[in-house]
Amino acid sequence: MTQLALIIDLNVCVGCHACVTSCKEWNTSGTSGFLTDENPYGKDPTGTFFNRVQTYEIGEFPATETLHFPKSCLHCEDPPCVPVCPTGASYKRKEDGIVLVDYDKCIGCRYCSWACPYGAREIDETQKVMKKCTLCVDRIYDEELPESERKPACVLACPTNARLFGDVHDSESDVSNMIREEGGYQLMPEWGTKPANHYLPRRKTRMRIHEDELQRADNPLKKEERGPSAPVDAPTLDDSTSW
Amino acid sequence: MHPAFSVIFLTTLIGAGQGLFLALITGQSYSALKLLPSQDSTDFYGMGAVIVLVLLIGGLIASFFHLGHPERAWRSAAMWRTSWLSREVIALPALMGLVFVYGLMQFMGWDTVLFTSAAGANLQLTMIVGIFGALATFALFLCTGMIYACLKFLQEWHSPLTVINYTLLGTASGFLLATAFANQNAPELMRFFGIWAIIITVAAFITRAASLVRNSRIKAKSTIQTALGVRHAKIQQKTMGFMGGAVNTRDFFNHVSITMMKNMKWIFIVLTFIAPLITLWYGMDQADSGWLLAAFIIQYVGLIAERWFFFAQANHPQNLYYQTI
Repeated sequence: MTQLALIIDLNVCVGCHACVTSCKEWNTSGTSGFLTDENPYGKDPTGTFFNRVQTYEIGEFPATETLHFPKSCLHCEDPPCVPVCPTGASYKRKEDGIVLVDYDKCIGCRYCSWACPYGAREIDETQKVMKKCTLCVDRIYDEELPESERKPACVLACPTNARLFGDVHDSESDVSNMIREEGGYQLMPEWGTKPANHYLPRRKTRMRIHEDELQRADNPLKKEERGPSAPVDAPTLDDSTSW
Repeated sequence: MHPAFSVIFLTTLIGAGQGLFLALITGQSYSALKLLPSQDSTDFYGMGAVIVLVLLIGGLIASFFHLGHPERAWRSAAMWRTSWLSREVIALPALMGLVFVYGLMQFMGWDTVLFTSAAGANLQLTMIVGIFGALATFALFLCTGMIYACLKFLQEWHSPLTVINYTLLGTASGFLLATAFANQNAPELMRFFGIWAIIITVAAFITRAASLVRNSRIKAKSTIQTALGVRHAKIQQKTMGFMGGAVNTRDFFNHVSITMMKNMKWIFIVLTFIAPLITLWYGMDQADSGWLLAAFIIQYVGLIAERWFFFAQANHPQNLYYQTI
């Protein structure tokens, strides 16, 4: 079984919002219609986005660290939003595990957005249907595109390679390796939704230097010194041995 | 959560309708067992069924205002295997159909006695339809309550008390309406319904208070640490990534002060339980339809406040991601 997903490397995300804008650009120009954008340059801009980047401060000044945190639909393996949908508009594809909404069946009751603990679903307030990240399903299988471009728009846009795309069920895939080797984790594991998207933590490379490494016990300089000599009246080796 | 008035009116109106129907069937079964005098089928049961239908239809109309695409509402019966909302969409018209048939039979006098016991108790055809209607009523209460109770991360709702409260509050409101209605169309039954209305209202007060106590002690399972997966005691959001609003900031927050929440709690406790009981008691004493109807209306207003509070109190874990602009 395939489960396509995104891996987001928080270690290298710089919070530039390139994934947000490229996602919006690609998905607002698709065949399924635009993504609402009301008053984009006005007083209270509002609209539908599949992906948003947030910023957090960890710790207390001066010991703080900034965390840029991109958040989109996590394509849960046990998605709580799917069984609650009364019409079947919300579904999880068997072949690749993408959670999708059929915009022609959706009645806009918002119940699935209540059922998503991550707030990944946003109702389009013009079209009155529920929308969410599709993992660019209209891109990743498009054979008109060169193979290197058959990836979600956000992945292609990321300048720091903080977003990786692949099959997390294939244990030999790049993304599975990253999860395994770089400490990939899921959001809100307490609800048992088993998100397919994983996050890689902030990682710091530190050189660990111990005290005894600064003061070397086997300092070669010390070998140059003369060793302490025995007192003059002490018996020599010849005195104490006889044969 | 942001309380949606469409859903508030849906749940309170159908609750009152379901309660009134249960009251009619309770009255009829007591009559069948000769515990209460029998009533006129047109004036009492027939007209009662009309009121039930009006309330149910009112609720249904209110629910359409919640939908983005009401013209596709028929699709929502499809996923009854998994979705409590879909089950409600089936249970509500089923109940409406049964109430319609019940009312029609009462008006047309299609009420053959199927069986008479040695003691003289009659089992009538309308009673059979009524019992199926009562089952549909309970099924509908269960569906309505479970829509909220099944969402496990809305911890304020994820409790059997949610279903119990929906059932008891709806039934209390229906029996209160039945008291006022009986005073007009079947005065002998007024006290019977009045006493039941008091009992159910008190029971609803106990279970609603229990859920208030439970909710005041809830410890949120999700924290900013689990939401981000960062292990640090002090994490502060600096930006949610946009400066205007979004669905996430509008739909999931109640946008009211803590003082407002506290006031609303006391308003609904007084209007749903205390004031109607006093008014009902006085109305029963005076056998005055005006006071009895006032008791129902006061409680209905209280139920609107109660439902508003029910929604506003629920704290969605997604709010963790939207704490500051």
